[in-house]
Amino acid sequence: MSSTTLDDRTFYLVEEADDHHPESGTLLGFWIYLMSDALIFATLFATYGVLSGAYAGGPTQRDLFELPLVALNTAILLVSSITYGFAMIAMQGDRLNATRAWLAVTALLGLSFVGVELHEFAGLIAEGATPQRSAFLSSFFTLVSTHGLHVTVGVIWIGVMLVQLGQRGLHAENRKRLMCLSMFWHFLDVVWIGVFTFVYLLGVVQ
Amino acid sequence: MRDKNIPSFRTLKCVALLVPLVVLLSGCASAVLDPAGDIARQQRDIIYFSTAIMLLIIVPVLVLIVVFAWRYRAGGDATYDPDFDHSTSLELVIWSAPLLIIICLGALTWWSTHLLDPFRPLDREVAGKPIDRKARPLVVQVVSLDWKWLFIYPEQGIATVNELALPVDRQVRFDMTSTNMMNTFYAPTLAGMIYTMPGMRSQLHAVLNRPGVYDGLSANYSGAGFSNMHFKLYGVAPRDFDAWVARVKAGGGTLDTPTFLEIEKPSEKVPPMYFAGVDPTLFDRIFKRCVRPGTPCSTGMHGMGGGNDPQPPHGRPLS
Amino acid sequence: MFDQSTARAIFGRLTLESFPIHEPILLVTFAVVALLGLGIVGAVTKYRLWGYLWKEWFTSVDHKKIGIMYMILGIIMLLRGFSDALMMRAQQAVAFGANQGYLPPHHYDQIFTAHGTIMIFFVAIPLIVGLVNYVMPLQIGARDVAFPFLNNLSFWLTVAGALLVMVSLFVGEFSRAGWLNYVPVANLRNSPDTGPDYYLWALQIAGVGTTLSAINMVTTILKMRAPGMAMMKMPVFCWTALCSNVLAIAIFPVLTGAFALLMLDRYAGTNFFTNDLGGNPMMYWNLVWIWGHPEVYVLVLPVFGIYSEITSTFTGKRLFGYSSMVYATVVITILSYLVWLHHFFTMGSGASVNSFFGIATMVISIPTGAKIFNWLFTMYRGRIRFELPMMWVVAFMITFVVGGMTGVLLAVPPADFVLHNSLFLVAHFHNVIIGGVVFGLFAGMEYWFPKAFGFRLDRFWGRVTFWGWVIGYWVAWTPIYIVGLMGTTRRVNHLDDPSLQIWFVIAAIGAVIILVGILAFVIQIAVSIKNRDKLRDTTGDPWDGRTLEWSTSSPPPAYNFAFQPVAHDLDAWYDMKRRGARRPTGGFRPIHMPRNTGAGVILSGLALALGFAMVWYIWWLAAVSFAGLIVTAIVHTFNYQRDYHIPRDEVAETEGARTELLAAGT
Repeated sequence: MSSTTLDDRTFYLVEEADDHHPESGTLLGFWIYLMSDALIFATLFATYGVLSGAYAGGPTQRDLFELPLVALNTAILLVSSITYGFAMIAMQGDRLNATRAWLAVTALLGLSFVGVELHEFAGLIAEGATPQRSAFLSSFFTLVSTHGLHVTVGVIWIGVMLVQLGQRGLHAENRKRLMCLSMFWHFLDVVWIGVFTFVYLLGVVQ
Repeated sequence: MRDKNIPSFRTLKCVALLVPLVVLLSGCASAVLDPAGDIARQQRDIIYFSTAIMLLIIVPVLVLIVVFAWRYRAGGDATYDPDFDHSTSLELVIWSAPLLIIICLGALTWWSTHLLDPFRPLDREVAGKPIDRKARPLVVQVVSLDWKWLFIYPEQGIATVNELALPVDRQVRFDMTSTNMMNTFYAPTLAGMIYTMPGMRSQLHAVLNRPGVYDGLSANYSGAGFSNMHFKLYGVAPRDFDAWVARVKAGGGTLDTPTFLEIEKPSEKVPPMYFAGVDPTLFDRIFKRCVRPGTPCSTGMHGMGGGNDPQPPHGRPLS
Repeated sequence: MFDQSTARAIFGRLTLESFPIHEPILLVTFAVVALLGLGIVGAVTKYRLWGYLWKEWFTSVDHKKIGIMYMILGIIMLLRGFSDALMMRAQQAVAFGANQGYLPPHHYDQIFTAHGTIMIFFVAIPLIVGLVNYVMPLQIGARDVAFPFLNNLSFWLTVAGALLVMVSLFVGEFSRAGWLNYVPVANLRNSPDTGPDYYLWALQIAGVGTTLSAINMVTTILKMRAPGMAMMKMPVFCWTALCSNVLAIAIFPVLTGAFALLMLDRYAGTNFFTNDLGGNPMMYWNLVWIWGHPEVYVLVLPVFGIYSEITSTFTGKRLFGYSSMVYATVVITILSYLVWLHHFFTMGSGASVNSFFGIATMVISIPTGAKIFNWLFTMYRGRIRFELPMMWVVAFMITFVVGGMTGVLLAVPPADFVLHNSLFLVAHFHNVIIGGVVFGLFAGMEYWFPKAFGFRLDRFWGRVTFWGWVIGYWVAWTPIYIVGLMGTTRRVNHLDDPSLQIWFVIAAIGAVIILVGILAFVIQIAVSIKNRDKLRDTTGDPWDGRTLEWSTSSPPPAYNFAFQPVAHDLDAWYDMKRRGARRPTGGFRPIHMPRNTGAGVILSGLALALGFAMVWYIWWLAAVSFAGLIVTAIVHTFNYQRDYHIPRDEVAETEGARTELLAAGT
């Protein structure tokens, strides 16, 4: 980690200043956590894969999915990733207010995403396509809701960050947290691409 | 100075001798080690053969452990070479020896797994006696209920609970399913076990070579009555089998849907029951989970996978 | 007093009937546990230790203290899990023919489920995590793990899970579906009681702890190694810890997912694993075994690391074939992910699928065999000191090799068709878990106890523990192999063939011999504490060790190392000793340390409340505790003051004391 080469007989670092901190593991640790989260999604995708044809005489993907709504949601989420990117650029540029503004926009887009999704679910349930109706519907609702729950958590986290940025500005610790949140948000975007491809598009095409 | 902690060689040798003796003794009167069915016999031979191959490496390793532990103990006078921590040639041997054993075992695995695949009709009745291709196998439909076994003989048109009779030297094909829990259909003397699963149909081909009375059980925990989910397997000469079928037919009783629904209710330690007649569609409907009149049938899938998926409704309105 | 609906609103489905007032065995157990508990609480109160315990232990984020707490948890749960084992052996020794035994079947079924669940999740995992926690940071020359607060949280979440399982003994029932809570038995329709719910909530809570801990350990090993300690110069124990924790991260989310789906089935009426409406119970089996098989490697890999350290130290030689050991570990890690179907060959997957998984399983024995040979050749031309840790290693090698053999046998599908779910299988996995994991844990505890506490363990009682376990294992499990070969299946509470009884009686005797070993272990600790002055080690290096943990005092100071050690070679401490490294005795600087926190305890307490509430359908309590969890977590993020510095004078004082001790010892 330090650029000086240590000679063969140096067994203890006695000379260096105390700001010899081990390189922070926060970003690596958070990334590894995201990978474990990816595995949870993988499990849900696999379950959906196995059960996607188990209609129990009930409605199928073709009967239920409204692609325009899904397209709208996808657009909202993708734009929210862009706005989060703008927030990060503002952060690199030490512009606190711009950072907070873009974060707020991202949160609003996230909320809209969840709102549209809830609207979709309400419609399905009104038609009788409840999660209890068949294994296909159980796995569909669970996979999509898990993603939606993650987005909700992300929105709450943005809310908390907005408060903490207001209190401490672009403090080093806050920057680290924003980087983690950034990874989290983009990760959710990637998972959504999986969802709309594997669940919605493939479901309607078959 | 002798280290008191290392067990002496003599003690170890005595223990080592005892173990195989004990195992041999247990071989008497064991359905697994002296089975009456050809498939079970082949499976037992595979157990013996695999163990023998592995012992080729395991025994030397065990000996080496004891020898090295003794020889290189601190109080002893063997060479001490603290820098001996690497040897490419030794590493090559260390990795290749197990690799060779596993290649042998792997080949055995591939071959025997395909040969003894439960879905595969038998090639032979017993060693040296190939199957008569013209003779049809006896079909027995097996259903595991909570907590008893139902056997349906579709050709003979009879059914029994907790009693399975088979003619010797005739290939049997078991088609199996379950009503609620997962069980395994296991008559150790006949063949290895296969799961019975709700909404799925598994299969086993086997043949019984020796008449006798044998035990059958479930080997997958399935709830309160699991420990008593036994059945008796009667191996009989073909003539005696026909006589048994005739006796069951004379006994009366029909296994129709209402009777089945009655039997399906949970019960334990059920004594054998006999039915002179059986609804020919019953097994299929159990497998497709539509025994109760009015229930839609699922397509069901052969063996593994698929779960119970009813016919996809093409253009049907949402219900 | 309350009318029905009010009672339901307040207490959910918890009623007076939920308490085992009609079951004498449970009542007696409860009385004993309550008395013991009151005694401990009374003693702690009397000696005014609550403040000390809270400040120094419960809220500690020090990896050493957390490691010790994990070990204590594991040992306590071992006593519970082993009691279940004794009860099962006793039942099976007597329940033949007309004799139905003394345990009602309903109770027996919960016991075998609880036994397995507790032993894997609350004994093996905590003990392994505890040892890795304590030793690994010291071995890599670090001052703590990467995320000290998460470490504390992980521990308390595991405790919450353990408590939920223990509560199920006295309030309601535990699951009867086996240690993996199999469906269809665990489906709501077949088990509407609290059993599977207790299981699921306890393991979900503990599972979060284990996953976070694994992320912590991996980040620590990757980011916080001493300067000069390249990956291939790291102690083998750290390599095995790394691979084990990577594997844990790769599998626990799958279990979390599977359990969440079953919870949805049980709480929300979904159809993942039901028999009808499209559900697929076999999917559950696949998911839990994708977790279950690698899990046993998560347990055994660190233990292999312990054996490597001990063998190297007590033979006075560097470990033979270090690179080979590392590659073998990595290969085992990857392969273990590819074999899960061997747990259900008999489900009729078809010959090619079965063959693939069977052969993949066998291939794992190649790197494992390489490890055994490498230990053998470390012993070769060594000078072996048969202290207790080394005795455990030899016992492990002999025992584990036999278990590995029976495992490869079971990997041949036609053999498995005969032996699946039989007592032969049960004997196999106990063979490898006891012979491998348990022996390794005892070896590790004997080895590192002096480091953690500053005094050795009593040798005599250590030998009693050793012989109790080794002899007891062989006497208990050889008969089980035999009855398995005779076709006896597992999880039965009653048998009909009287010719088998003798084997079960012998097995029960073996279990009692193991009990002697376990009691001797508890006595060993008590006696050692009592005689600690006589057993004192002042050098910090009682075994002439080779890795960095032995360069610190015993026990190490809170900050581990006053100055960052630098590694130049494998076996860094041995290298330092050989080349005359001098310990710095002056010029100390203030040391940056993480602050203690109560957030872990609070969050876990809330999780426990949530779990209990969900099991009993006490919705208001569930909502309150869930909200509490969210609020506490968010409030905790507003705490930016999570560190402090140990002043230079304090460091100088601690190090000075050690300098004196070392001088007095020579």
